[in-house]
Parts: sequence; C-alpha cells; structure tokens
Amino acid sequence: MSTIAIDKSAPNRKMKYGSMSRDRTWALRWSYFFLTLFAMFSLLPPLYMLVTSLKGSAEISAATNPWWVFSPTLSNYIEILTSNQFLRFFWNSAMVSIFVVTITMLISVPAAFALARMRFWGSATLATGVFLTYLIPETLLFLPLFKMFATFGEFTGIQLINKWYVLLIVYPTLTVPFCTWIMIGYFASIPKELDEAAIIDGATWIQTLTRIFIPVAFPGIIAATIFAFTVSWAQFLYPLVFTTSIDQLVLPVGIITTLIKGDVFAWGQIMTGALLGAAPPLIIYAFLMDYYIAGLTAGATKG
Amino acid sequence: MADVTLRKVVKRYDEVEAVRGIDLDIADHEFVVLVGPSGCGKSTTLRMIAGLEDITGGDIMIGGDVINDVPPKDRDIAMVFQNYALYPHMTVAENMSFGLRLKRYPKAEIKSRVDEAARMLDIVELVDRKPKQLSGGQRQRVAMGRAIVRNPKVFLFDEPLSNLDAKLRVQMRIEIKKVHQKVRTTTVYVTHDQVEAMTLADRVVVMNHGRIEQVGTPNELYHRPATKFVAGFIGSPAMNFIPCRLEDVGGRLHVRLTDRISFPLPAARAARYKGVTRADKLLLGLRPEHIAEAKSHQEPGIESFDVVLDVTEPMGMETFVYFTLEGTQICGRVNPNAGARDGAPLRLAVDLNNMHLLNEVTGVVL
Repeated sequence: MSTIAIDKSAPNRKMKYGSMSRDRTWALRWSYFFLTLFAMFSLLPPLYMLVTSLKGSAEISAATNPWWVFSPTLSNYIEILTSNQFLRFFWNSAMVSIFVVTITMLISVPAAFALARMRFWGSATLATGVFLTYLIPETLLFLPLFKMFATFGEFTGIQLINKWYVLLIVYPTLTVPFCTWIMIGYFASIPKELDEAAIIDGATWIQTLTRIFIPVAFPGIIAATIFAFTVSWAQFLYPLVFTTSIDQLVLPVGIITTLIKGDVFAWGQIMTGALLGAAPPLIIYAFLMDYYIAGLTAGATKG
Repeated sequence: MADVTLRKVVKRYDEVEAVRGIDLDIADHEFVVLVGPSGCGKSTTLRMIAGLEDITGGDIMIGGDVINDVPPKDRDIAMVFQNYALYPHMTVAENMSFGLRLKRYPKAEIKSRVDEAARMLDIVELVDRKPKQLSGGQRQRVAMGRAIVRNPKVFLFDEPLSNLDAKLRVQMRIEIKKVHQKVRTTTVYVTHDQVEAMTLADRVVVMNHGRIEQVGTPNELYHRPATKFVAGFIGSPAMNFIPCRLEDVGGRLHVRLTDRISFPLPAARAARYKGVTRADKLLLGLRPEHIAEAKSHQEPGIESFDVVLDVTEPMGMETFVYFTLEGTQICGRVNPNAGARDGAPLRLAVDLNNMHLLNEVTGVVL
C-alpha cells in the first residue's frame, strides 16, 4: 500500500485568486453604477416624451405629477396619425433620407476606395481634406449655401429653394465626408494582398471594388448607411432654412412649425410626433446593431 | 515556353535603391528560390515580376516578351502570398475559381479545373468552406490551388510558409515540391529561410543589399560559396570565420590562426593559395562539420589541436561544441560519444580539405 502525498500549496494560490476576484468585483460595481447613471441620463427624456404623449392637454397643463399618467389617452396618437400633414412630413423625411443615403453611398464608397487604395498624387492630402470638410459646422454653411441656390435660381430659372429635393443636394455635404472617412478606415483595414491577389486574378479596379471590397467591407458600409440615415432623418437646421411651404417640410421642422402656433405649444402632439419620428432610426439600429458595432470598431482587431 | 529573364533590373523608391541592377535567367520548368535577409530586395524583385511594382530600370521578360508595361492580369502569372490573401467572403471553390470566372471560362471547365486542383492538394472535402473555417496549412493549400487552376506560365511565391509553425512548414515544403514535380510550372519563390531555399530550389539566388551575391544549385552554394555573405548565410549553424594569415614554414604553406596554432595546408589547397599575398588579412572559413573530435588515425589534411570548450549543445544525433580562439567564437560538431562537456578540454581536428580562404577586406572567397 502506498500513501498519496496531498499537495498543500493550494491556499497560496487561493489568496491570489481571491484578491483578483475582489478587484474585478469592484470594477464591475463601478461599471454598473456609471452605466445606470448614463442609462438614466439618456432614457429619461424619451420616457418623459412617452408619458406626456399619453396625456390629454388638460392633464398636461394641470400641475400633477409629470412622471405619471392619471387618465391615459391615445388621442394624441390618433390625431397625429390621421393628420395628412403629419403623414406628408413623414413621407418627405423618408424620401429625403432614402435618396440621401443612396447618393451618399454611391459617392463615398468609390471615393473611399480610390483614396484608400489607388495611390495617386495627392490622395493622402485629399483624404485628410475630406475629413476636414466634415468639421465645418452647418451653421457656418447655410447662409452661403442659400445664397448659392438663390443665385443659381436667378441665372437658370431653376428654383431649388423651398423644394424638398434641395435637401438631396445639401445633406450629402454632411454625410459624404463622414461616410467617406469611415469607409477609408474600413478599406484600409483590408490587407493589401487581397487586392493584389484580385489584380493578379485579372480583376479591374471596379471589379476589385464590387466583388471583393464591398462584400468584405459590408459591416462598414452598414455603419456608414446608418450614419447617413440618422443624419438626414434628424437634420433640423438645413430644412428649416431651405424649405418653408407646409407640403415641402420634413418631420422635425414640420412638427415644430405646425404644432407651435404663436406661443401655444401642443405639447402632447409634439411629444407624440417626436416619438413616432424617432421610431424608424430606432428600428433600424435594433436590427443592424451588430453590423454597426463591427463597422465602427473595424481595424481595432484583426479579422 | 515560360522562361523568365531579368536584365539590369533596378527599383528605386525616392532615394532608396531597393534593387540595384540584377541579371537573372530562369529556365522553363525551373524552380528558383530568391533568398536573403530582410530588405535585400528579393520581395521587390518578385513583385516586379508580378507587376505589382513598377520597374525603375531594365527589362523583365516572360517567354521572351518584355512585360515591363504589361498589367499583372495579362502577364499570365499566379502568386501565393505570405498571409494567403484568400477572399474571406467566398468559399474555397469560389476563391480558386475567381480568376477563371473573371475571364469567363465555361462553367464545366472551371469545375473540372477546381476539382483537379482540389484533388492534387487534398482539399476536396473543404471546397464548400469559407477561409475562416480553415487552418493555416489548409489556407495555404487553397492559395496554391487558386494559383494552380489558372494554369499560368509562372508561379510566384512570396514567403508562403512564414506564417506556419515549424512542423507544418516542413510538411508544406514537401507539398510544394510535389506540386511542382506534377505541374512543372516555372516557379520563382522568395524566402528568408535558407533551409527552405536549399530544400526546394533547382537553383538558389542569394541576394544582399539589392544585388545578387551568387546563383547556383544548393550544393554549389554550400560547397563553393563565392563570397563571405553566401558562405555565412547558407548552412546552419553558420560557417566559422577565423582570422588567419598564410606563412611559409620549411617550404610548406601553413595557415596560422594564433601564435600557438598553425596548420600545414594539404597539397591541393597549397597549390591554389600559393599566389596569395602573405601579409593579407585572411579568414579561414570552416563549416562546423569540418571541426570534429580528433581520431587516433588522421587522414591527410586533417589537423588536430586542443581547446577548452565554452558550451556544448547536445542535439541527440550530434553535439555542437563552442569554443573561443583569440576572441572568435567557433562552432564544431562532434560525435555525442566524444565526451564533450561544458568547460572541459577536448582535442578537435579540422578538415582542411574542405576549408575556404577568404579575403577579410573584400569578402571574396579565394
């Protein structure tokens, strides 16, 4: 019979494991504390909107608890959704956003490919230039842009101002630089050998772009698409400046223009309209979140 | 005919000359390996043959036609990259057939070519997988398959095994050799690993500082290196270079290593070196296997001397012994039963029939 020696050195290791675990616990507690803080910070306004949208105008003006609905009603929703005006704004917003996203992607994907891959004289400077354009605030640009369209109208007789499609020209000045920048980053993370292999396989630049780069960079393209959509859906200043007729307005401007009459704010309907207006981006984010994250963190890790 | 010819090929990046005028003739069906340390211009040379880099000067010909300004896709070449460069969104079969599909080959022919290549490389069961689902070795096979299906005039390999672990590298090395024996396509292969170069090549091209140091069969390079660089680069462990000079002692030519150690040269060597200026600073080049334990009966040309070993490295089949002569570390290779131990004295013998004599200043093998 032989005895088996039992290793007694375990406690030492356990101590270390314990302290590691304590560090981790604290890190987690702090994370959750701040996560809760930020979640409240960003979720309270929409919650407030939801609560207010379910109240009648009498309850809103009464000094009751603003965080509670005593007599819930769907009247705001019914009024908004049966109003032709609101549906028109919604339609305008949708048209503008869809066209802008399409135009943006048609410009920025090939542009980013050219800037990232086709080494030509000045391509690096141009890439930086694209990003710098994005840094110029729209508040600086709307006056010169307005002047440009006015002059263009005088000379050609083509009136762009106060037509919803003027936004199709204006919005890409915001979306194209940023989307190009995202896509340059994404394309740059694709190994050089991949296009070299494609070139040796006999692909042209266009084929390399369409058959290799676009499929491989698909998460990046989704991220850029979502960005372009969000920007054009939420844009306020440009449509406020460039469109004035009710039938040409997009959603954010439409809600403000029609639901604020003088100093009378139809708060219930404003909240309802804003909430309904926030729905499409929310739905898109929810479905494409994984792609979006993969797109924005591209290059951080390999593969 | 798919011979590849380089004539005075130069590549300059702004101020840096990466390739400084190289001439090379690669025969049809030949397997040529470009080898050298990093930055020697071997990859640049390969990429110029592929058409991925412009040629600053000189001409490159494939099958007799100058292809300097021909785009890569019209050069009829295929290339295998170090990181495989497989298209991640395509299956193995799609990866392999991409080039053929671009050229609008008939579907049936594409299929038969892919099947044949897959069979040759033993990846038949992988054809429907994506690259992500493959191991490194399998990916490398697919990359080779993509080259094979194109049936090109020339295969170009750019360090294809560098990303694989040591064991797999040996296996894939054999695989590449087998494939070449089957398809007999002219091949230019770039590596920094001299073992790969020696084992694969019909001819090895040793490059250094943008120039060709020597071209020859693996055995030629090993036994008759032209320069100190080649002598030191080919072979592992590397050749020993021991400072020495020649002197005449009693009518015989001797090589003197230290005040204490001097060996008479064998007759053939003495005849070859008799014109060398006696005052020149020289190096005695000896491979480790030509420094072995002394035996009781020595052949002519084998001279023995005593040393104290610094370190020994038992490898099982042999033992490498390291000792120092006048500040120069020297490696010898002895029988494991020769009694070599760290710090112990040992009587060694050098085989001067296989010696090399180099001019220390010019690096030329005399």
